[in-house]
Amino acid sequence: MLPRTDPTRHDAEIPLTGSGSSGAPAEFETPAGLRAKDLLSIGDLSADEIQLILDTAEAMKEVGTRTIKKVPTLRGKTVVNLFFEASTRTRASFEIAEKRLSADTLNVAATGSSVVKGETLADTVRNLEAMAPDMIVLRHAAAGAGHLAARLCRARVINAGDGMHEHPTQALLDAMTIRQRKGRVEGLKVSIIGDLLHSRVLRSNVLLLRALGAEVCVCGPATLMLPDMARLSVRATTSIDEAVEDADVIMLLRIQLERMRGYFFPSLREYFQQFGMTVARLRRAKRDVIIMHPGPMNRGVEIASEVADGPYSVILEQVANGVAVRMAVLYLLAGARHE
Amino acid sequence: MSAWEPVGTQVSNPDRTILKGGRVVDPVNGVDGSADVLIDGGRVTRVGPNLEIEPGTVIIEVPPGCVVCPGFIDMHVHLREPGHEYKETVATGVAAAVAGGFTAVACMPNTDPVNDDAGITRLILDRAAQARLARVYPVGAVTKGQAGEQLAQIGELRAAGCVAVSDDGRPVANASLMRRALEYAAMFDMPVIDHCEDVSLAGDGVAHEGHHAAVLGLRGLPGVAEEIIVERDVTLSGLTGSPVHIAHISARGALDAVRSGKDKGIRVSCEVTPHHFTLTDEQLAGYDTNYKMNPPLREAADVEAMLEGLRDGSIDCIATDHAPHHYDEKLVEFDRAPFGIVGLETAVSICLDRLVHAGRVRLSRLVELLSVNPARVLGVPGGELTAGVPADITVLAPDLAVRVEAAAFRSLARNTPFDGWSLHGGVAATMVGGRTVYVNETVPGATSFDRRS
Ligand SMILES: [Zn+2]
Ligand SMILES: [Zn+2]
Repeated sequence: MLPRTDPTRHDAEIPLTGSGSSGAPAEFETPAGLRAKDLLSIGDLSADEIQLILDTAEAMKEVGTRTIKKVPTLRGKTVVNLFFEASTRTRASFEIAEKRLSADTLNVAATGSSVVKGETLADTVRNLEAMAPDMIVLRHAAAGAGHLAARLCRARVINAGDGMHEHPTQALLDAMTIRQRKGRVEGLKVSIIGDLLHSRVLRSNVLLLRALGAEVCVCGPATLMLPDMARLSVRATTSIDEAVEDADVIMLLRIQLERMRGYFFPSLREYFQQFGMTVARLRRAKRDVIIMHPGPMNRGVEIASEVADGPYSVILEQVANGVAVRMAVLYLLAGARHE
Repeated sequence: MSAWEPVGTQVSNPDRTILKGGRVVDPVNGVDGSADVLIDGGRVTRVGPNLEIEPGTVIIEVPPGCVVCPGFIDMHVHLREPGHEYKETVATGVAAAVAGGFTAVACMPNTDPVNDDAGITRLILDRAAQARLARVYPVGAVTKGQAGEQLAQIGELRAAGCVAVSDDGRPVANASLMRRALEYAAMFDMPVIDHCEDVSLAGDGVAHEGHHAAVLGLRGLPGVAEEIIVERDVTLSGLTGSPVHIAHISARGALDAVRSGKDKGIRVSCEVTPHHFTLTDEQLAGYDTNYKMNPPLREAADVEAMLEGLRDGSIDCIATDHAPHHYDEKLVEFDRAPFGIVGLETAVSICLDRLVHAGRVRLSRLVELLSVNPARVLGVPGGELTAGVPADITVLAPDLAVRVEAAAFRSLARNTPFDGWSLHGGVAATMVGGRTVYVNETVPGATSFDRRS
């Protein structure tokens, strides 16, 4: 039997003042909060909560344009960035978000910590918990690692990528980027192309885009498909032309080099020939199509450099929005109301 | 091997005892009704209504509503001794067995060292004899060290007391080796019990390949990985004429393969675990590692197929695949957790609730699944209340309200997904060789079995 933290007890004992009297800007005064204790999956959020995060992120974005890029919203809160997988981009993005909100941050990386000495995730989390952090941002190679951590601690857990499962803040920043460019998400044709099977970005995006009413098409080699995509109300195709046709948004997923060993496809060269996003293929899409990529990119594998660097690419906007979305998530979770 | 004697805990009660007034369900003898069971010298001597009671006979009044059955045999457990005594020992395993209504268990050889040697077999039997609770039938390894390379000394294992061979924990991957194992083991009247899984298709999967594993980002174990090896084993059993027993069947295609093998007269039998006819992969949503086992929890259509197989006779036995693990081992990421759950102390209640009370199978059929057929497949005594057989008896309390409480298990381990479940039906008492080895004090009147004081 797994020891479980009683969520109701948890809720009662954590002081849930979001900004309190710390003098936050007016727009951050009264957080509506999120229902769930943790952000482990996009499935934890209602469509309204997703909109709330995106709206809050817009407000947060303004902080990044100030000369002094800091608000005292999370002053006195401790956030631990617990990263079991190397990820410069996501970790940096969270860390900047935390610092802009004036949280005290602690980075625990898998290398150079007790993690490498064989300590279990459970013990690592319980040891951190003993130091009473308010939030733990967790990146881990195993699906469900966040669920395990969340059961063992009172700190709120934000999933920053758990194996092949999900990467909720990535999907949120993608949605923010789409909304900025298109003014909406609902009704758009969004095509996600690449290694679907192993992608946590795909899983979070499918849930989020469907919740906001986008039409989602996924495309990749048959070997890298998820079973039963229809059950998620998603159209699946192995035809890149069909996926690109009339697309408003094209999201490319990273192809990992080691996948050739699992017999998924013969070579990177052939992958690029069959599924790589080229200027020629892009002509079938809508004229104002935008190209997204969660990074890091493999140029000449899933995306041609001309596309990555071309006028349709919003890849750097995604990175910028990452900070704002993470600020919003940190802020709303800290201020979460729990009944 | 005709002179082979039953092994396990040799317990006997010299007293003449009568179980009075219960409903007796003994499918082998066509009995299902009110009857008394007379026991003498640890063996059943007579079964019938209103038996005459000779002076000096100890009278046990069977509590109202209780059912007297031939002892249940769990033909697939892991007792973990030698080598993993922190998970379970033979002593704690058999204590769990009798508390769960099992009078005998067959224990798989994936201990450390592996039971591929007569010395290990004897050690297990010694421990069982010391415990004096359930009978223990060791299952020897098919291959040395379960390495899948060279046959274990199967004749010697048989002589030491093994009743079957299996490389459970892993499949016999090599088809040629499987063929030879079937031919060779049959000389000793031993079935080969196979854990059917194509290792190349299974890869490093951790959960049933399907919608739920896909959404949860868990690597899949496809049903066809099981089906392909069952097909192969059925074919090889047909070729060799030797009996093969499919362990813990779970995929509907695999069951179809067994069914068509039986239709052709091939000597194939199979077992299903209570969790595989009760739970689906939908339960994985919280990544609770107590839902991680191999074969994995499959989808609703598979569960439905298992229930149909139980009803129509294509499934022969119910076995628990009792797989104790320390809680530390399960308190890890889903990917890293060991496969397996305990089952000895929940199986009978689940069967009564989900099969009998749900109207899926009749009680006499359940006795076939838990007693008659396991005895036949393993070629061990029991499965019937015929004069002369050891008085191994399971007494059911079909109307008992049971709440599963893992913390109270006699097993050393607590890794069950059924903790907290409310179930309809349980065990009143367990007798091995005419001796009461378990009494459930929550059953009114069951203390009449308690003659240990
Ligand atoms: Zn097995
Ligand atoms: Zn097993």
